[in-house]
Amino acid sequence: MSELGLYVPGNSIIHRMPAWLKLLALIMLGVGSVFLSSVAAVLISAILVVLLYALAGFRPATALRQLRPLLWFLVFIVIVQIWTKSWQSAVTVAGVICLLVMLAALVTLTTRTSALADAVVTACRPLKPFGVDPERVGLLLALGIRAVPIVSGFAHQVRDAQRARGLGASPRAFAAPLLVRALRHADAVGDALVARGFE
Amino acid sequence: MSATADHRSAPSRARSLAQIAVFAGVIAAMGLVPAFTPPGSTVPITVQSMGVMLAGAILGARKGFASVLLFLALVAIGLPLLSGGRGGLAVFTTPSVGFLIGFPLAAFIIGWLTERKGAPYRVVLGSAFNLIGGIVFLYILGIGGIMLRTGISLPAAFAAVIVFIPGDVIKAIVAAIIAKPVHMAYPGLLPDRRPESEFERVEIS
Repeated sequence: MSELGLYVPGNSIIHRMPAWLKLLALIMLGVGSVFLSSVAAVLISAILVVLLYALAGFRPATALRQLRPLLWFLVFIVIVQIWTKSWQSAVTVAGVICLLVMLAALVTLTTRTSALADAVVTACRPLKPFGVDPERVGLLLALGIRAVPIVSGFAHQVRDAQRARGLGASPRAFAAPLLVRALRHADAVGDALVARGFE
Repeated sequence: MSATADHRSAPSRARSLAQIAVFAGVIAAMGLVPAFTPPGSTVPITVQSMGVMLAGAILGARKGFASVLLFLALVAIGLPLLSGGRGGLAVFTTPSVGFLIGFPLAAFIIGWLTERKGAPYRVVLGSAFNLIGGIVFLYILGIGGIMLRTGISLPAAFAAVIVFIPGDVIKAIVAAIIAKPVHMAYPGLLPDRRPESEFERVEIS
């Protein structure tokens, strides 16, 4: 399970913290981030985040790498903010987004997928009176994790079959057989669940 | 797999659960497998947002909503399943969070409209449903999210996403073109809304 995920094994104090504590801290810091309104506060917070990464055994470059997917967006925000407001506003708005992305990524890097799945199931417990069955949520997560490589395998098979018949990249010839195959697979999974005493 | 001829064998609750889980895998596969790379660009265009529309157009409102929500949960617990290999909790703190929140709701709206129309699936109407849920509604939430998270104005937020709209319009239409043969090959997912008399006539002939 961990091979598929973004988790990086380690033994630091942050790795060993319980998942729920890390998630709670992340939520509280996310709420608290609205009070970061000066350039100095953002810079001090940035240093603290890099220190947290160091505490988990990561170099500052790892923290910065988490920002790569939203790089073009940050550039856009900074330009718009400087143009319409001020450079200070650009630094605080873009800085707060960077800090939260890095903090959230730190939780993901240091927490096993299975531990986070368990945390999701636990978090669903209070929802039981509203018709949410936490055990069923856990089963769905497990089935969903398993479905990812299976359906990807179907996708490669369908693509190979398409090539063998000399078809180009036709989305219809690709997606329609993939979806029908996925639905038939779901029937088999449903049968397997019943065979194991589901309902 | 030999039981595929009779796909009514499992009780519906188990089958629904399996369909929700497998479709979360479908949405993931559509983000992992690059559809094509536009000339002059290094970023492959994936069809992940089409997977969200298809979840609604094929599974219907409730199951489509649940499968997209499950997909987001898998992303949140650390699987790099969003197109481009992104994942983890960090994606929910970026300015595009409005689109992520909108995904399951868009699938619900598309599914609700598609179920109301019922079988047989029609490509033109299906495209319209995909456009309503997957573009109009989704972009309202997405642009709202960008404005809230970055404090930029509506025109600026709109300018940030406008380049994606033509591609998404094409995906909405292609999703309907794909949904049609899937409903033909795997009937029973949509309620039959044809008048009773017509239905009987079809059975006799």
